[in-house]
Amino acid sequence: MSVLRLEGISKHFGAIHALEDVSLTLEPGEVLGLMGDNGAGKSTLVKIIAGNYRPSAGQIHIAGRQQEFHRPIEARESGIEIVYQDLALCDNLTAATNVFLGRELTRSIGPLKVMDYAAMNAAAARLFKELKSETRPRDLVRDMSGGQRQAVAIARTRLAKAKIVLMDEPTAAISVRQVAEVLNLIRELKRQQIAVVLISHRMPDVFAVADRVTVLRRGRKVADKPTHLTSPEEVTGLITGAIHAA
Amino acid sequence: MTTDDTKDFAVLDEAIAWQTHSRLGRILAKQSFWVFVAAVLACIALTLATDTFATSQNLFNVTRNFAFVAIVALGMTVVIISGGIDLSVGSVLCLSAMVLAILMNAGNPLWLSALAAIGAALVVGFVNGVLIAYLRIPPFVVTLGMLSLARSAAMVLSNNKMVFQFGPDEKLLFWLGGGSTWGIANPVIALFLLALATGFVLRWTRWGTHVFAIGSNERAAVLTGINVRGLKVSVYMCSAFFAGVAGVLEAGWLGGVTTNLGQSMELSVIAASVIGGANLMGGAGTVFGSVVGAALIEVIRNSLILLGISTFWQGAFVGSFIILAVAFDRFRALRDESK
Repeated sequence: MSVLRLEGISKHFGAIHALEDVSLTLEPGEVLGLMGDNGAGKSTLVKIIAGNYRPSAGQIHIAGRQQEFHRPIEARESGIEIVYQDLALCDNLTAATNVFLGRELTRSIGPLKVMDYAAMNAAAARLFKELKSETRPRDLVRDMSGGQRQAVAIARTRLAKAKIVLMDEPTAAISVRQVAEVLNLIRELKRQQIAVVLISHRMPDVFAVADRVTVLRRGRKVADKPTHLTSPEEVTGLITGAIHAA
Repeated sequence: MTTDDTKDFAVLDEAIAWQTHSRLGRILAKQSFWVFVAAVLACIALTLATDTFATSQNLFNVTRNFAFVAIVALGMTVVIISGGIDLSVGSVLCLSAMVLAILMNAGNPLWLSALAAIGAALVVGFVNGVLIAYLRIPPFVVTLGMLSLARSAAMVLSNNKMVFQFGPDEKLLFWLGGGSTWGIANPVIALFLLALATGFVLRWTRWGTHVFAIGSNERAAVLTGINVRGLKVSVYMCSAFFAGVAGVLEAGWLGGVTTNLGQSMELSVIAASVIGGANLMGGAGTVFGSVVGAALIEVIRNSLILLGISTFWQGAFVGSFIILAVAFDRFRALRDESK
């Protein structure tokens, strides 16, 4: 059963039609590359899935059940997590504290509830190991590479037991070697049967990890193809409009 | 730091050596550590240069004098870590002392008056916090307004008169603020206990972690579901609480309360926090640092008096230290970047 199914999603901001009749399905363990030019509707679509916006028309089904999100927290409770482009991490805290931020583990000493750093460090270390990342739980995020920061942000979604991870331009501002690290993280999520929506401008990254590519142009879906049945040239044509639809 | 650093450890010993080295390095990189060294060196120099500094009476006075600023600096450090600033602490201290004085003057017991005084301070902190967190008015503006408002309230309450009679519990109040226990001034003992509590809360509670989080990346904190607005209100109430406590103690020490009590104290308090390593951009600061910062300012003031230098120089020294401490931190950051 598909983990996410969008049916005829439209979003209008006054006279502007940001999205028009977009349908989409996502299977567990599937990596979907969501592509399109600036203003094509990628971030609007992601914001609808994440509960930031409500669609003007259309339905969202999560694991077969129709859902209506009024607030982002409701989407999170249904297992949807976003990894933001800037990762939303606190530089001055350790990797483990960032992973557990807002969900800290505590233990009771008499009437006091104190932070259980040992348990959080151990749990974070397990998550990083699962992701095959070299990130150390006690290191400050300030001292980390771009790839390690991504690992922290992704470990956070693992802690939340996310079923669907939305990643917004994860490889936009990092070095070539770090890109490889991030792509490996995405492969690890896939292996653990988590569905990933990868929003990216970078053609090589999408073709390296995505099972399927969806292209949006001016708010409409113009293509939805398995990656091995298309090519970077075709996708580029679809994004720019040189190729009308595929 | 790249991942190569991890892979390069051939044996465990190397990894342990790296860890230990970095722990020592971390202490050496702390601004509060160097300010502490500066304060200790200043004390040694003064002990050698004068025969008046290291007397028990002088040390008693020095520690008691800086205790008030340091207590208020504890709350200020929390506010600064959260990415804010509280300019109203001097006025809140005055308001608290005035509420205490008026109530005790009217014959109320110390405990009730002190509770009311700290309660008044907490109300001011609550108003500060609500305006900052819910109406999103910049902390600088809100607390600048409150600096004026709270002192004005103290003047209205007292009709701008000095209060120096404290009713039946007068002796108890004077002991609390001016007395000593085992040779240590009571405000210093209060400072010690409050500093321990603040340090514990910042390091070991979720609240403390969240204060550091909002100071570093407020949006991230919101996204993780932290109640950022409620947290901010509590942070400004925390700052007002410490100002309120210091007001009660200082009233007891001075034996009288006037409406210019705590005037421009906010500047010394912010100076103490900043010298001690609190970052005005938010996200960094320590309890130890702010206490040492307050101590250093007082040692400088004391040394000028003992060495017979005009106290007009005090501002120059304190000002230089503020800039020096922050410049030191900048140099370290620049060095880290070029690594």
